[in-house]
Amino acid sequence: MRRKSTAGNGWLRLPFWLTYLFLYAPIAVLVVMSFNRNKSPYSWGGFSLDWYGRLAGNSDIRTGLVNTLIVAFGSTALSTILGTLLAIGLARHTRSKLLDALATLPAILPDLVLAIGLLVFYSAIKMTLGLHSVLIAHTVFGMAFVAAVVRARLGHVDTSLEEASRDLGATPFTTFTKVTLPTLAPGIVAGALLAFTLSLDEFVIAFFTAAPSQPTLPIVIYSMVRFGVTPEINALATLLLAVSFTVVIAAQRLTKLTEAL
Amino acid sequence: MTSPPVVRKAVARVVTLGPGFGFLTVFLLVPLALVLSYTVFRRGRFGGIVYQPTGENFTRLADPLYLDVVAGSVKIAALTTVLALLLGYPTAYMIARLPGRWRVIALVAVVLPFWTNFLIRTYAWIVLLNSQGPVNSALKALGLGPVELLYTDGAIVAGLLYAYLPLMILPLYSAIERLDPQLREASANLGARPARTFWSVTLPLSLPGVLTGCVFVFVPSLGNFVIPELLGGGRRIMVGNLIRDQFLKARDYPFGSVLALAVIAVLVLLLFAQAWASRRAGRDAS
Repeated sequence: MRRKSTAGNGWLRLPFWLTYLFLYAPIAVLVVMSFNRNKSPYSWGGFSLDWYGRLAGNSDIRTGLVNTLIVAFGSTALSTILGTLLAIGLARHTRSKLLDALATLPAILPDLVLAIGLLVFYSAIKMTLGLHSVLIAHTVFGMAFVAAVVRARLGHVDTSLEEASRDLGATPFTTFTKVTLPTLAPGIVAGALLAFTLSLDEFVIAFFTAAPSQPTLPIVIYSMVRFGVTPEINALATLLLAVSFTVVIAAQRLTKLTEAL
Repeated sequence: MTSPPVVRKAVARVVTLGPGFGFLTVFLLVPLALVLSYTVFRRGRFGGIVYQPTGENFTRLADPLYLDVVAGSVKIAALTTVLALLLGYPTAYMIARLPGRWRVIALVAVVLPFWTNFLIRTYAWIVLLNSQGPVNSALKALGLGPVELLYTDGAIVAGLLYAYLPLMILPLYSAIERLDPQLREASANLGARPARTFWSVTLPLSLPGVLTGCVFVFVPSLGNFVIPELLGGGRRIMVGNLIRDQFLKARDYPFGSVLALAVIAVLVLLLFAQAWASRRAGRDAS
């Protein structure tokens, strides 16, 4: 029976492989083109690292990268603290469905809606835009993702350890730092990595809430791409791909490792 | 610690929930309330708001100019969603039946491109579809080209599909993977052909996943303004472009807020439809 039903799925192989071809062919083209000596990005002129050198000398990209890293580290730190507390509070100290929904709202709200909401809010309170306004904006959704990941972890945690700690006379603070936090650590790390990568790549909200003089890296890329095809972007794309792939695979390994402990 | 348990509980509640919800109230609820309230006021002459109630922001939606934009956006977003489903369902189905190790690899491979910068992914399509790009070179070699591929609706659909396909595959995978294999076996033992089993067992039971995937692809496609601009060359204006322009160019916050409210309304409506369908599927399965 079983063999018969898999044999019937032969035709499914076509869309299956088509999906992976569709997902990876464009990326492969960019990577190959980034090593192309020719200025025209469409004909092969031999292997070269020229575009990487050009990229290193591009000051717009450097400034954008620094701005992006400031925003990503700041918003990740804030998201991790607020999101972790929120997850614990939602799991242990309230049964309100409304609060639950509110905590996940930023994750499902279209980015454009959050972007205009914050733009309108910042201009209503006459706050000057800058890296801080992007940092706050990224914390709004980063926090929701951290809270969701940590809550998923809380579902598997044995509460008897915390009870034991309390029964043995530990203060709530000691119980929290010595028992609760260590057991939640894999979830917190995974949530923080998620918030960090989301912030690194985020464009729409940053586009609305950043000051024109302090663009993040995605905003710099956007203005480069708008002017058409420049081989420098191929080199940048290849580097960013390498970074994202490394982070994702490391996160995969890390969560597996910490779960094994 | 001599404080009574009631006090301790209240303190724990405030310490854990207070900071997060305080932050969300100020930077999420207040901004959203502001956008909502702007829908009923007049725009100021140089941007900003005049606090005079009016209904004209809503009646402007009925202007044929904007109705065209909405109809065109819905068409493109719907086409993207259908293609994502046609490509995503068989893929998710295959992944769900792979042996354990390969399944993880196949899933990571679906998500991996999603973790690369969205603008870079869109830029890749500019390179691919350009008049001198690889696709057109291949068409030329076959004597079929060059064809104008970039700056067309087709290019927008390709870009949107590329951006959101993983969001279709993941919910489909989790819906299909959860299905009890015994149901399929029972259907086969009762003499149903694989196709019959698929149409009357697998597909209806995975319908909640199908709908979740469709919402995840359709809604962001509707609100995307970058892909229509970069791959459509600005020829096709979608709802996302319209909203962006109201806030960053025309400075018409009230009308922009009405458009944003419309996108939220579509999202809420679709989520309700999804919840309804998954309740029904849950009843059918038990």
